[in-house]
Amino acid sequence: MRHTLAVLVENNPGVLARVAGLFSRRGFNIESLTVGRTESHDVSRMTIVVDGDDQLIEQVSKQLHKLIDVIKVRDITAEEHVDRDLVMVKVNADPNQRVEIMNMAEVFRARVVDLAGKTITFECTGNEGKITAFEESLRPYGIRELVRTGKVAMLRGSRLPGAGGSWSAE
Amino acid sequence: MQIKLAEALVQCLEKEKVEVVFGYPGGAILPVYDALYNSTKVRHILVRHEQGAAHAADGYARVTGKTGVCMATSGPGATNLLTGIANAYMDSIPMVIFTGQVPTIQIGTDAFQEVDITGITMPVTKHNYLVKDPRKLPEIVHNAFHIASTGRPGPVLIDLPRDIVSQTIQFTDSGPMPLRGYRPTYRGHSFKIQEVAKMIKSSKRPVIYAGGGVLSSGAQDELLELAELISAPVTNTFMGLSGFPGEHPLFLGMLGLHGTRYANLAVTECDLLIALGARFDDRVTMKLKEFAPKASVVHIDIDPAEIGKLVNTHVPLVGDVKTVLKALLPLLEKEDRTPWLHRIHEIKEEHPLTYRRNGTLKPQFIIEQICRLTGGEAIVVTDVGQHQMWVAQFYKFHRPGMLVSSGGLGCMGFGLPAAIGAKTGRPERPTILVTGDGSFQMTMQELGTMMEQGLDIKIVILNNQALGMVRQLQQFYCEGRYMATNFQFHPDFCQLAKAYGIPAYSWNREEDVLQALPQVLATRGPAIMNCIIPVEENVTPMVMSGKGIHEAIEC
Repeated sequence: MRHTLAVLVENNPGVLARVAGLFSRRGFNIESLTVGRTESHDVSRMTIVVDGDDQLIEQVSKQLHKLIDVIKVRDITAEEHVDRDLVMVKVNADPNQRVEIMNMAEVFRARVVDLAGKTITFECTGNEGKITAFEESLRPYGIRELVRTGKVAMLRGSRLPGAGGSWSAE
Repeated sequence: MQIKLAEALVQCLEKEKVEVVFGYPGGAILPVYDALYNSTKVRHILVRHEQGAAHAADGYARVTGKTGVCMATSGPGATNLLTGIANAYMDSIPMVIFTGQVPTIQIGTDAFQEVDITGITMPVTKHNYLVKDPRKLPEIVHNAFHIASTGRPGPVLIDLPRDIVSQTIQFTDSGPMPLRGYRPTYRGHSFKIQEVAKMIKSSKRPVIYAGGGVLSSGAQDELLELAELISAPVTNTFMGLSGFPGEHPLFLGMLGLHGTRYANLAVTECDLLIALGARFDDRVTMKLKEFAPKASVVHIDIDPAEIGKLVNTHVPLVGDVKTVLKALLPLLEKEDRTPWLHRIHEIKEEHPLTYRRNGTLKPQFIIEQICRLTGGEAIVVTDVGQHQMWVAQFYKFHRPGMLVSSGGLGCMGFGLPAAIGAKTGRPERPTILVTGDGSFQMTMQELGTMMEQGLDIKIVILNNQALGMVRQLQQFYCEGRYMATNFQFHPDFCQLAKAYGIPAYSWNREEDVLQALPQVLATRGPAIMNCIIPVEENVTPMVMSGKGIHEAIEC
């Protein structure tokens, strides 16, 4: 089963290498990993998607916690949360196909970010399922280039990943 | 006060009560050595190879309980420390390592003697730092000592670019800063502790499986009290040896690959396995599925990641072994468990730990004599291989923390430098290095350090003129094809000793040992005892790869 981990880390140089190195040397597979700033300048947040059974995820969380630069780890898979993925995709589009493709993209609320003689570039955000569906619907036209950010996620309501949680620092 | 950062570093070391630094100088670390020149409190011990510095700091830490400190320059100095750092990491030894680094402006340019040591050591340190802001150095040093010595101990490395340590700063020692991502749990969960007490009360055949965590938390007294109170036999992991009295009737000796038959059988028959500061290492469990198959498992460890890593645990209890046992003991009552102890006695009688004497000089005999003459009270340092297992089996430790040996990493060459560190830390204790001719040749250059420091270390080389442990593996797994394990050249260790001015002896009969050993051990000053032992002697019992520990064979 795929698990989504929200990980708060110190915004120190090398913290990404520590986390990535931990996954590779312990043989854990990362499905996706995103990292970026948060509301505090000295804290970064990672959203890590890992595939594995509960025992493996527990081990991943505990090993992450052993890193001094990791402040909090929370498996939010089973909790109410929103998640988003962003994709940019460059698709073949002859001038006579443009309208058709753009109408289709409208269904996914994708936006055109670039237009060239033979291609259109879209951006689209949504949960993973929607992004995958968008990708599939463009595939027949010929995808030239595609990049996804990987999932970012946040708990619903006023709860914060820093408070409580199954594998908090205690 | 405006001072050079290197001087501030030395002041921080003094504040951390560092008495000894093992190290080797070089270009990038030069400013730090210059600052050490004026320190009256921090003593520097010059080794002969940086690996020796790391092992010496490790040996020092093991016998003193303090944090060991070592130091080397950038590039090769730093990489030579690596084996010693990995060794400390695997055995959870508190250590702080300082390495020189090229000036910040040259970092990343493949400068002379540049190596990314923080990158290289990430998997083998508890944490590491590259100092870029000189003002942060005092805080980093304090935090490094804090991290290294608390929770599950381990090595912490600080990389010091040359231009940074040469700067002058306004030195204000802030002390350690709180680390929000690091709060080790010492006190066990009280509900879980009650649960453990209940399980102990309902158990008929408990076994205590005690590891290195008992020693690092100083829980030997509580362990003894627990075992006697609930009448549970105790088996030690290799790292746990000396944490329980070797001659105690409840002691089962070491378990696992070369463990006693009775320890392995007791674990196989037990209905409750109480794991204290142990990590179910593969050399302990062998075939995991058949390890303690009838037992419920209580696992007490300060590192949450060890619990449930390899075996399913019925009661997981995160905490410091000593603190948890102190809370647990009042909840327990005296139990006799006569039938179980009777059974233990029976399997001990049926499968004693022994060896065959046949007129040749047997290594087990030598260890027994050393044990007898030192009353089980010496610091015994070993290298890695057959001799190490013979020490584990036949030296009956009476004092906690007196075995200094490389467990997790299994690092040949550890012995002599670790003995130097141990003797430096506890000069009043007799210190004996038991080594093999293979291991000894890996780091014997440290004889120079030993003599320079005037250290009284007795070196016993169990010399079978081969790499005995690997040779034994080849006998069993490669049908006796002894590839690269029989040395074709044998140095004269007595002549080598002479070059360093060390008294040396060569023995090949039991009588030699009986006659000469008492005298040599009683004489002040170092000595090398070259004991020629039969190459055919195997470590026994032995559990073949892929087998359960109850299936050990005599060999």
